[in-house]
Amino acid sequence: MSAMGRPDDRQTVFTRVEGGWIAFVLPYLVAAAWFWLLPTHHALGTSLAIMVLFALSVEVVLGFGGINTLGQAVVFGGGAYAAGLAAIHLGFTDPFAMLAAGAAGGAAIALLTGALVLRGGELTVLAMTLVAAAIFYELTNTFSSITGGFDGLRGIRVQPVFGLFRFDLWQSTAFVFCTGVVLVCHLLVRILVTSPFGVMMRGLRANPGRMAAFGAPVMARLLLVYTVGGALGGLAGALQTITTRYVSGEVFAFHVSATVVVVMILGGFGRIYGAFMGAAAYVVFQDYFAKLAPQYWFFWLGLLLVVVVIAAPGGLVGLIDMARARLGRLRR
Amino acid sequence: MLGIVSTLFDGVAYGMLLFTITVGLSVTMGVMHFTNLAHGAFAMAGAYAAAVLVGNLGVPFPLALLAVFLATVLVGLGSERALFRHFYKASPLKQVLLTIGLVFMSVAAARWLFGPLSLGIPLPDYLTGSFRLGALSFPVYRTAILVFGLLLAVAFWLCLERTLVGAKLRAAVANAPMAEAVGINVSLLLSVVFGIGAGLAALGGALSVEVLGLTPTYALDHLGLVLIVVIVGGLGSIRGAFLASLVIGVLDNAGKFLLPEVGAFIVYLVAFAILLWRPNGLFPKA
Repeated sequence: MSAMGRPDDRQTVFTRVEGGWIAFVLPYLVAAAWFWLLPTHHALGTSLAIMVLFALSVEVVLGFGGINTLGQAVVFGGGAYAAGLAAIHLGFTDPFAMLAAGAAGGAAIALLTGALVLRGGELTVLAMTLVAAAIFYELTNTFSSITGGFDGLRGIRVQPVFGLFRFDLWQSTAFVFCTGVVLVCHLLVRILVTSPFGVMMRGLRANPGRMAAFGAPVMARLLLVYTVGGALGGLAGALQTITTRYVSGEVFAFHVSATVVVVMILGGFGRIYGAFMGAAAYVVFQDYFAKLAPQYWFFWLGLLLVVVVIAAPGGLVGLIDMARARLGRLRR
Repeated sequence: MLGIVSTLFDGVAYGMLLFTITVGLSVTMGVMHFTNLAHGAFAMAGAYAAAVLVGNLGVPFPLALLAVFLATVLVGLGSERALFRHFYKASPLKQVLLTIGLVFMSVAAARWLFGPLSLGIPLPDYLTGSFRLGALSFPVYRTAILVFGLLLAVAFWLCLERTLVGAKLRAAVANAPMAEAVGINVSLLLSVVFGIGAGLAALGGALSVEVLGLTPTYALDHLGLVLIVVIVGGLGSIRGAFLASLVIGVLDNAGKFLLPEVGAFIVYLVAFAILLWRPNGLFPKA
């Protein structure tokens, strides 16, 4: 096991699953406490859970796959639209059917764009992912008869969960539903990271040339990771459609991609729990500063980004690592 | 026929504008390996500075452009020395995050300083209107931009190929440690080049107000297009940046004019296609 070095070193990310099962259940204990103690804030919890899932998809693509994406909105939007269009045109009004549509939509778009985008160098990938999202943003405006354009899709109906729990105005059902989806995806990502496939990805990040020499199909594996990340991002998009019953072209906007990368870097690059902590910190931060002066919110977001990159490149999880290392030294 | 000529002409002028703005970024990304998404913020700063100088203080237009250029060269040089150079060795992701942060801050700062509404720069009389050449009529301002862009490209080419500074820069691009070993001050050279690139972006930004308009989200709105020009051209290639600016300028303009309903998205598709054909741009570094 390599020592924790600079967190953006490719070799040190995702080399282990942090914490044991206690760390695994902790976010859900917090969610349960939130559910009972803050009954008026279920809507905030819902958007937090969606953000966590979206950030998890970026952790998979960027941290686990080492693919620099600046256009993760393309799969979020793909999932959101797949769920919305399936509900309106195919009668997929059951929330689980909509989730399936979202995951399939996100994965399909990731597979399509990934096959084209991943061939370039590091910077080309960065720019092309951004461009791919921009293309879909323009497409939603061009084909506004299908997508609703700027006005968005309206009239999306969602059945109660299991036919029992109606999505209510206070978002209580949505909160539990989204948290459940996060739990399942979290478990899947954990399994993926510790599997033999995960070990191969570690090798791929460290030295793609050597892995290719071993006979590992580098391109196919990268595409697979990108597609898995796409399915997760698509699920996050579908959750947004299900809980808000609305989609517009804004889901493909650049700030959506930028925000989720901010969340990831705030939490800790390539760390599973970075998705949770980053999303929580971001939502609290946004809640405070956006209320303070909504028109200047971008300034604080930018400043946060600059400060994190310069002062705490390991993000919040990195700070916890440092604190724990210091404690460990004190004990000895 | 006349429509095609004038669309082509506008597209070329627009391309020259893109070249002026992006040429510095191409050098920064190709030579310093620094992905500076905040390059557009220099263009926006130049545009606002020119708007204030000309519109509020009554400075003559050419003088304002010169002042904006020189001031931004200094700002660019200073920011390179103080901040950016510490990130030349960082991962592209870190560079992108840092500079996106700066873009967000500049967008909010512009809104705070100048309000959310669109601003214009009053042009002097000799740059407005149009002149006739046979059956064709050309707008004076776009002609001036076109001529300026061509002169700039020629000047760049002459500087790179025919002067000592150009030779030093080419040496630094080819092999920085070796260039340093033979006594070239690469670090200073790069700072100066960064400053000039920023200054040109500001100049291009000021010139672009008449064509693109100016709102506080300028740096964010044109980020994709600027990045596309640089990457399609090939990092660090002046030739590539010139050609890519022309292609994208003409296509974007033609797309918006001929097929307004698909407009913006043609240029993205073409960029995508070019990058599929040549993943490292039209003129990749050997």
